[in-house]
Order: sequence, then structure tokens, then C-alpha cells
Amino acid sequence: MITISSEFWIICTGAFVALSCALLGCFLMLRKMALVADAISHAVLPGIVIAYLFSGQRNDAVMIPVAAASGLFTTWLIDRLHSKGNIQSDASIGVTFTWMFAVGVIILSVFASDVDLDQDCVLYGDIVFIPFDTPHTGTWLDAIPKAIFSLLAVLVLNIVLIVLGYRSLQVSSFDPIFAATSGISVVFWNYLLMAHVSVTTVVSFNAVGAILVVAMILVPSAAAYLLTHSLPKMLVLASGFGVASSVGGYYLASAINSSISAAMAVCLGVFLLLSIGWYRLKKSKFGRRLAPIHL
Amino acid sequence: MQALTDMLLFRDVTAGLVWVGCMCIAISASFIGTFTFLRKRSLLGDAIAHAILPGVCLAFLVTATKEPWALLIGAFISGWISVFCMDWIVKYTPIKPDTATGIVLSVFFALGILLLTYIQQSGNAAQSGLHHFLFGKAAAMQQADVQFLGWLTLGIVGIGILFFRAFKVLSFQGAFVASLGWPVRTIEFLLSSLTVLTVAAGIQAVGVVLMAALLVTPVAAARFWTYRLPVLILLAVAFSVVSGTVGAYISYVAPAMPTGPWIVAVVSVLAFLSFYLAPKTGILAKQWRHRQYMQKIREENFLKALYHHGEAHLRFDDPVALTTIQAKTGDAPAVLKNLMRVLSRKQWIKHSDGMVCLTPEGKRVGQRITKLHRLWEVYLTRYAGVADDQVHHEAEDIEHLITPELEQKLEALLAFPQTDPHDKKIPYDNHQ
Repeated sequence: MITISSEFWIICTGAFVALSCALLGCFLMLRKMALVADAISHAVLPGIVIAYLFSGQRNDAVMIPVAAASGLFTTWLIDRLHSKGNIQSDASIGVTFTWMFAVGVIILSVFASDVDLDQDCVLYGDIVFIPFDTPHTGTWLDAIPKAIFSLLAVLVLNIVLIVLGYRSLQVSSFDPIFAATSGISVVFWNYLLMAHVSVTTVVSFNAVGAILVVAMILVPSAAAYLLTHSLPKMLVLASGFGVASSVGGYYLASAINSSISAAMAVCLGVFLLLSIGWYRLKKSKFGRRLAPIHL
Repeated sequence: MQALTDMLLFRDVTAGLVWVGCMCIAISASFIGTFTFLRKRSLLGDAIAHAILPGVCLAFLVTATKEPWALLIGAFISGWISVFCMDWIVKYTPIKPDTATGIVLSVFFALGILLLTYIQQSGNAAQSGLHHFLFGKAAAMQQADVQFLGWLTLGIVGIGILFFRAFKVLSFQGAFVASLGWPVRTIEFLLSSLTVLTVAAGIQAVGVVLMAALLVTPVAAARFWTYRLPVLILLAVAFSVVSGTVGAYISYVAPAMPTGPWIVAVVSVLAFLSFYLAPKTGILAKQWRHRQYMQKIREENFLKALYHHGEAHLRFDDPVALTTIQAKTGDAPAVLKNLMRVLSRKQWIKHSDGMVCLTPEGKRVGQRITKLHRLWEVYLTRYAGVADDQVHHEAEDIEHLITPELEQKLEALLAFPQTDPHDKKIPYDNHQ
């Protein structure tokens, strides 16, 4: 009987989160919805708190629909303020998510005794405890932490979205006007994408926290964006960066005795720096002399 | 009520201090926030708020104290580097501004968390208050903190007023600044620095996420009430001062309540009320105007249909069956009932027993709309090169929009044509 170390589960958790986020992040970045994703990761807080109030403890069956609902509500409100209220897009995002986050913190403070939730935990997670929270089914499943199940389920959900909706997502990301004329509902795919972001954020917050989800969404995709012009390659590269940072982050955190999820995000930052460096090198005189001339 | 005066008049010194501290933060944030809002970089405050964390931690590690000066300098440097990074990424890579903001925000914050947890794990007893940088603890403000904030606010507002014109031009017409011969870089540097300073100073009270709100929401609300910059700033400051007072009051009478989130909740309510209720620019006002406009179109279309009927039968004052006109306009029965009532009241039609008839006044309106429609069709074919069969739809929309002044210009330009592209006669008034 192989005993899988908690080290492996931690890295696995980080990798699953990073993979889900990288896949979504590529499309979000192309649609210039990076800050909406940031907004959603903050705006799910009231939803999470209310879910905890109802179910008394962390219950994914309650939280996931509530998360999807808050994410959709946030997207809807931002869009409404922008289109009906004629408020500039950055301000629509800013007003919406800060208000929702404030409401979440207030509810959390009022019901602090009833909610087994810590503000810190929501913001930056507690991945260290993941391996020890296992189901008690009495079968081989007990060896696997609960979080892995939900994260794997979310990852599969995201992969299904990308595979089934690839064409629509691709076209509506690169050319929304053409997409609209081709019968692809840009609005529908926007909302669907945001629903996935909300669900992914909520399921991941226990591990990496809401704010570091943003790092995992944006940074690998940006790094990959600088290295390739092909969307499939970008998805693969972003996923690669995500997984690599899970490994690197774990060891970095162990070395200096610090937050693992933060270290994973810092690792992503390092990859981004390298990617930027590579990009600038290619653009510089030195890089151009090395590149073959395309006729 | 008693509690409110206790707070405002410093009868309860702690509460009064918290209130004054919140005032300072509210004033400087809404003042500087106006300029970032106008430059369409509202979320810069959010990014900076997240990005100062590593600076604070490093300052603590380097100086081994929690001296406000040291932490503020650390916050300022870190915040400033983040602004520089965002601008550099946008300038030198194809990464778009919103993604650049998100990247810098999250990576800097992650670095901050990394350092913060390292400090917390290291068991250094002095680090206990650093945590408050994340969520803010307005209630913990002491006299020294508030005095510091006070001077800082005076400084920020003072510099802002001194360089008001430069900031104003930079916000509205960035490119113009250089052509005026002013040092663009310096002005931008100054504005960015003031923003970073404001955020760094305010975070301790309201926390990271909510600091962003104080920069954006007051000015977003104020924007709905005025378009003049001095009024905009004053109104934004007023909104945030009110919110700060209410927030401080709530956390005073209910100590379990956190101050920062309540301030944000109040200013957000003010914002949403402004978005909906502001006259002219508000959402409700716009919807009302839209409904008025749709009603006007329906009335005019009805009269136009009656006029066309009269043209076809060469008599305008015979009663016409309502159903005939309904067939032309396609209005629902409820809409027709309303139209009958309104048009009768305006004395444009006479209505009884399912028959309707134009009054002379009503005929004039119908005739004018018909004339405008046909004139516009002539204009489109003659001056816009549009084909005969394409002009009808646009004329259907434009006929309701042409003002009397435009009407005169159109008639003069086209030299009073007698027929439209479909050979229908254009009905002018008798003296034309």
C-alpha cells in the first residue's frame, strides 16, 4: 500500500487550482476581462459567508450554486452600471466589487461566532491543512483529501467548457463583432465564463485564497501570451507555468517557512519576469539578428 | 443622538479620534481619486493598495520597528514601484493595461503575503499589528496616528491645490500637457506619488480592498450631479466625509461592527442612489425621457397614419374607423386607448364610437411629420447617395427628430421640392 505524502497532495492541490485558472485565464485575458475576474474573486465573499451561515460549515453543495450566483450577479451589475448608467468600465467594476466585499465583511463580523470562517483564510487560504481533511467513507477514497475531489471536479468542468466551447470562446474573444454576426452569443459566453470563474474561485479559496486565485488566472496566461501567437499553445504553456509554480512554490515556502499559496504566486511572478525578459530579448537588436528572416 | 455628539465634539476622545482619522482618509482619498477616475484608472487605487504590502513587511524587517514613518516609507516605495511596473509592462510588452494592473496587483500582494507569513512564523513579538494592514483597524487609531494622518492629508490636498491646473489638464487632455511646455513626467510622477501616499496612509484604517472604494465610489457618485471639476471634487469629498462620519458613528455605537466596511457600504449606497436618482444623468431620469420619447413617436405616427388616410381619400375631416388606422400603425388595443385619451386631450383628434377624426391642429401635426419624412427622403437620395428603396426606414426614424430650425434649413437646402423619391407630393403649408 503506497502512502502518498501530504507533500504530494499539497502540490497536487496547487496544480489543480493552477490548471483550472490558467485555462480560464487565457480567455479572460484575451477578452480584456482581467479586472472583472479580480472583482469576482472579491465579490464572492458575501456569497461564501451566507453559504456558511446556512450550512454551518464548509459545504460545497451549498457554496457552489451560491458562488455561481454571486459571480453572475456581479457580472450583471457591472455590465448594467456600464451600459445603463453610462459609468466608465473601470469605475463600474470598482464600485461593484468593493461594495459586495464590504457587505461580506460586515456579515462576517456580525455573525462571526456562527461562521467558521476567518477573514485571513478567505483571502489567502490554508493549503497546509488540505491533506488532513479526508472523507470518512471507509474505502480507498479515504486516502485522498476532500479538496482534491472538488478541485478535480472543477478542473474537469473547466476542461469540458474549453473543449465544447472552444470555437465559440475563441471567436468571441478575438472578434466579438464577427462572433455576433455568426450567431455566437457573446453575452452568453461571457456569463458562462464568469460563472466558471466564480465556481473555481470559491472551490479554490480554501486552498489558495480568493486573491491568489487572481494571480493564477492572470499571470500564467500573460506569461504564455508573450511567448506564442497560437491559442492552443498559449493554453498549454499557461497550464505548464501553473503546474511548475505549484512545485516551485511548495519548495520555496518550505525553505523560508512561509505561506505555500503565496509562494506559488510569487513563483508565477518569476516565470512572468523570465517570459518578459525573453520577449524583450527577442525584440532587441540582439534577438532580431538571431531570428531567421521571414520572406 | 447623544453618541453622535459625543463623537463629533470629542467628549469621547477615542471615538472622536477615530472620526477625525476617517475624515482625513476620506478627504485625501476622494480628492486624489477624482483625478485617477478622470484618467480612467479607477482601479489603480486597488492595485496600489495590494502592492504596498511587501513594502510594509520589508520596512518592518529592515528597521525591526512598527514606527509609522518607517512603514509608510516602505509602503510608498513598494506602491511606487508597482505603478512603475504597470506602466512599464504596458509600454514595453503587448500586455494590455487591465491585465498589467491585475498581474502587478496579485504578484506584489502574493509577495507581501509571503513576507507577512514569514514574519508571523518567525515568532517576532513585535509583528502583531502588521496584520491590520490587510483589514484595517480604524478603532485602533491613537492620537499620534491621527495627527500624522492630519498632516499628511493637509500636505496631499495642499499639493493638489497648488498643482491643480496641471492635474486638471493632465486628466482631461494628457497629450496637450506636453504641447504646453509643461514637464509631463514630473506632473505624472507627482500625481502617482500623491495617489500612492493617500493609499498607503489610509490602508491602516480601512484595509486593502476597501481603500480602493474610497478612491472610486465618491467621485463616481459625484459625477452624476455635475460636470464641472471644482464642484465634482467638492461633492466627492462631501460624499466621503458623510460616509466616513456615519461609518465611524456606527462602529462607535456597535463595537462589533468594522468601521471600514461600513464607510464603504454607506458611500456605495450614496453612489447607487446617485446613479438612479440624479436628474438628467440618472438611470431613472433616462428611462423616463425614453418613455416620453417613445410616447411622442406613437402619437405622431398615429396622426401621420390619419393624414395619409386623408391624403388617399382627398378629405381630412371625415371620421375614420379606428380599426383602419390600427391596421396601419400596428398598435395594441391598450396603447390605442391611451392614445385616444391623450390625443383628445391635446385636441388633435375627435373620437367617438370607434371612429376618429383629425382636428385642424391634428392635421397640421400629421402634415408636418409627413412633410419631414418626404423631405428627408429627398435629402438622402440627393446628398447621401442612398438608393430610393433604402430611404424609407431611416426617414421613419428621423421624421420625429427634426427640429423647426432644422426643418427650415432642410427646406432651403433642397429648394422646396414638390415630390419625394416615390413621387408622393410633399405637403407644404399654404403660404409656401
